[in-house]
Amino acid sequence: MSTRASTLTGRIMSAPSIIVLFLWMAVPLGMTIYFSFLRYNLLSPGMEEWIGTLNYEFFLTDPAFFASLANTLLLVGSVLIITVVGGILLGLMLDQPIFGRGILRLLVIAPFFIMPTVNALVWKNLLMDPVSGMFAWIASLFGLPAIDWFTNAPLTSIIIMVSWQWLPFAVLILLTALQSLDRDQKEAAQMDGAGPVSIFFYITLPHLSRAITVVVLIETIFLLTVFAEIFVTTGGGPGLATTNIAFLVYTQALLQFDVGGASAGGIVAVVLANIVAIFLIRLIGKNLDN
Amino acid sequence: MGAIRLEKVKKTFGTLDVIPGVDLDINDGEFVVFVGPSGCGKSTLLRLIAGLEDVTDGKILINGTDVANEAPAKRGLSMVFQSYALYPHMTVYNNIAFGLKMAGESKDVIDEKVQSAAKILNLTDYLERRPGALSGGQRQRVAIGRAIVRNPAAFLFDEPLSNLDAALRVNMRLEITGLHQELKTTMIYVTHDQVEAMTMADKIVVLQAGRVEQVGKPMDLYSNPANKFVAGFIGSPKMNFLGGDIAAKHDCHEIGVRPEHLAVSTDGGEIAATVKIAEHLGAETYLHVEADGLGPMTVRATGEVDLGENDRIFLTPEQDRIHRFDQHGLTLSGA
Repeated sequence: MSTRASTLTGRIMSAPSIIVLFLWMAVPLGMTIYFSFLRYNLLSPGMEEWIGTLNYEFFLTDPAFFASLANTLLLVGSVLIITVVGGILLGLMLDQPIFGRGILRLLVIAPFFIMPTVNALVWKNLLMDPVSGMFAWIASLFGLPAIDWFTNAPLTSIIIMVSWQWLPFAVLILLTALQSLDRDQKEAAQMDGAGPVSIFFYITLPHLSRAITVVVLIETIFLLTVFAEIFVTTGGGPGLATTNIAFLVYTQALLQFDVGGASAGGIVAVVLANIVAIFLIRLIGKNLDN
Repeated sequence: MGAIRLEKVKKTFGTLDVIPGVDLDINDGEFVVFVGPSGCGKSTLLRLIAGLEDVTDGKILINGTDVANEAPAKRGLSMVFQSYALYPHMTVYNNIAFGLKMAGESKDVIDEKVQSAAKILNLTDYLERRPGALSGGQRQRVAIGRAIVRNPAAFLFDEPLSNLDAALRVNMRLEITGLHQELKTTMIYVTHDQVEAMTMADKIVVLQAGRVEQVGKPMDLYSNPANKFVAGFIGSPKMNFLGGDIAAKHDCHEIGVRPEHLAVSTDGGEIAATVKIAEHLGAETYLHVEADGLGPMTVRATGEVDLGENDRIFLTPEQDRIHRFDQHGLTLSGA
């Protein structure tokens, strides 16, 4: 693949897919940007007109925007902390030669294969339901009152569900990284007089830094757009307690039929996601170098 | 101070006897080399001494105290691994300082010790680098530096040179020997390379299948091997083993003659042979020959020898350099 002819052939042959991919991205983005400058409500068809940045002003000054921004960051941050810390601990456990390790690994990975809507329904109806849920039953065993999760701790409930869904991913990546840790290094540290805790902080954790970076970056991308779990359980409520940016855009477009406002919200979400991405890459992305 | 004594040290993995029971005395300040073919248990024995494996039975005495059940760090030994096992995310300085830091030494003491170790090993210019930015030989030196600073009772080396290229290996061999002369600390060195064993050791321990075949000074092992295995393992090229009539003539089952103890002549001698391959190294020539009725043999002739394929030659062993073995491969005394 080094002659001029073969390079040219390569470019020509790959051009169609690249062009399609580019259009796939650019057309919806372009249309969304265009819509975001229109008064465009499905309840009054044919009344579309150019209103400049009014949609943005309206969206960004909406108190719901700040509430949902805070919820988004809280959700992403909490799930990241829970999955990374939990992932390291579970990874360390599954890295030990314990009885039934193969089956245990399979069980730990399993939640990742369950689709978010089903996940949310299982948690809502089987586990967290204050009347027939398992948590209520466990509480009753101790003579405690049942907790009405989605009323009293709505965002916490969402965080628990999403963490459960994403923990396997973190475990999977971190376990692979743990398995690639050179045994000699641990033994050298042992000879140097380091105990298990020192070995963890001085040898294991630095070794995991790159894997942790990957987990944080990939999870952030998906967690910024959590939707199914909220839609199935709380519907964004009570009030705005569990509305994140993605869900807010959805309510604008499909509950208030305001396509223009929803488009502006979508663009804001894209910009926010990029800010987070730049921030993350600056902060931890340098781990991926070398 | 580091005198190490092994008493009936045993190691089994499941039902497999890796080390059936080893007794060994290592004196303070000695350079001891464990040598043997791969899988002979030499690394396992070293790891038992280090404490990285638990002994199944037996005692390991360091300066008179049994440490068989002590943690590795408590034994006061330090180890250089085959893979170097440097901590990749730490600078050279921190790599060397890690053991001292774990021991809770003060910053000043650490700095002083690291600097002096770096000076001994020519690492002063590289202290702020990461291991990834070093060459193989430099990494090796960092690994040794990490071992030195802890001022151990003994150094353990696990095939430290096998990842280096041939030229560097010779250099590092000299450096490690020099280091031993300077520090005068006990060193235990594991290798499968008999050249390293011969050149570095004060005392060689030849191992096979977890058993000690012979312990002795390099030249003792070379001149008076206890059995056929040691005779064949020590010395390069390998000793020739001859059976049949020529052995019967010496009143034994088999005789062994080193390639360098055979006189070559084109006129006449004890063994007639045909040259198959001649390797000309300049200072010496290795002749791989087919001896009539005895099979392949190797001959080492000094200087340049004008012999090539299919030349007929005659070989005469030096009579007082003939090793005699019985049917169990044990050396028979007297020539």
